[in-house]
Amino acid sequence: MSSKLKKMCFILSKATIENVYAAFVMANGARMEGIDSEIFFTFFGLEAIQKKKLEKLHVATVGNPAMHIPTMIGGLPGMEALATTMMKKEMEKLDMPSVPEFIEILSDSGVKLWGCKLAIDMFHLDQEDLIEELDGILTIGDFYGRADEEGTHIVFI
Amino acid sequence: MKKFIANQEIEVNDEGYLTDFSQWCKEVGKTLAEEHGIDMTDRHWEVIEYLQEKHKNEEALSIRGIKKSGVINVKDFYSLFPGGPLKKSTLIAGIPKPKSCI
Repeated sequence: MSSKLKKMCFILSKATIENVYAAFVMANGARMEGIDSEIFFTFFGLEAIQKKKLEKLHVATVGNPAMHIPTMIGGLPGMEALATTMMKKEMEKLDMPSVPEFIEILSDSGVKLWGCKLAIDMFHLDQEDLIEELDGILTIGDFYGRADEEGTHIVFI
Repeated sequence: MKKFIANQEIEVNDEGYLTDFSQWCKEVGKTLAEEHGIDMTDRHWEVIEYLQEKHKNEEALSIRGIKKSGVINVKDFYSLFPGGPLKKSTLIAGIPKPKSCI
């Protein structure tokens, strides 16, 4: 490949479904173009790699003007679940994989998946709470080390 | 754009994809693969046939489709066609480059 873009490194710090999919679509898209890619899950982004939580991620209905739902209504019980169900239906129509299936695809495609050590300690998570596809637990310094190559970009989500 | 492949004149677009599938034959596919450093094996051809079948039925191609294909898994797909598997395999198959983001 003649591309100057050789590697994309994503830091995922949020667990709303739109942010998780943004990271996953871009990471997968990179591999599909022959570009290396890695994701560093930190803070709330860790929800996307926790076995018990990754299937229950929601879209944010409060504080998200683009949803066009008034904040007061967006905050009612069940609104997030409803909006999420609707969004998932649209995603399925576009043949977008679910979060667990997407993780499997990413891993099989050679995307490196890393957990943030500090956040994992902070949330008192153990290895068994995390997905099997995880390539390891790193400090941010370790992650910078992995990004220290020409043609690498870091994107914070 | 015209291109001379495997002793035939083939019509391709600026990215090198065939614009007329009827001009495709195995020899053409083999030559295109070699240009991308891929030595075609039976396993490669199985995938190519699957892609062509999908194209014929006007079904969109995606990495998820590959996963569900039953023909090949994602890992092997990447190792057979390194450096952008769906892009390279569709080029070899003589079908258009998929427009999907996934």
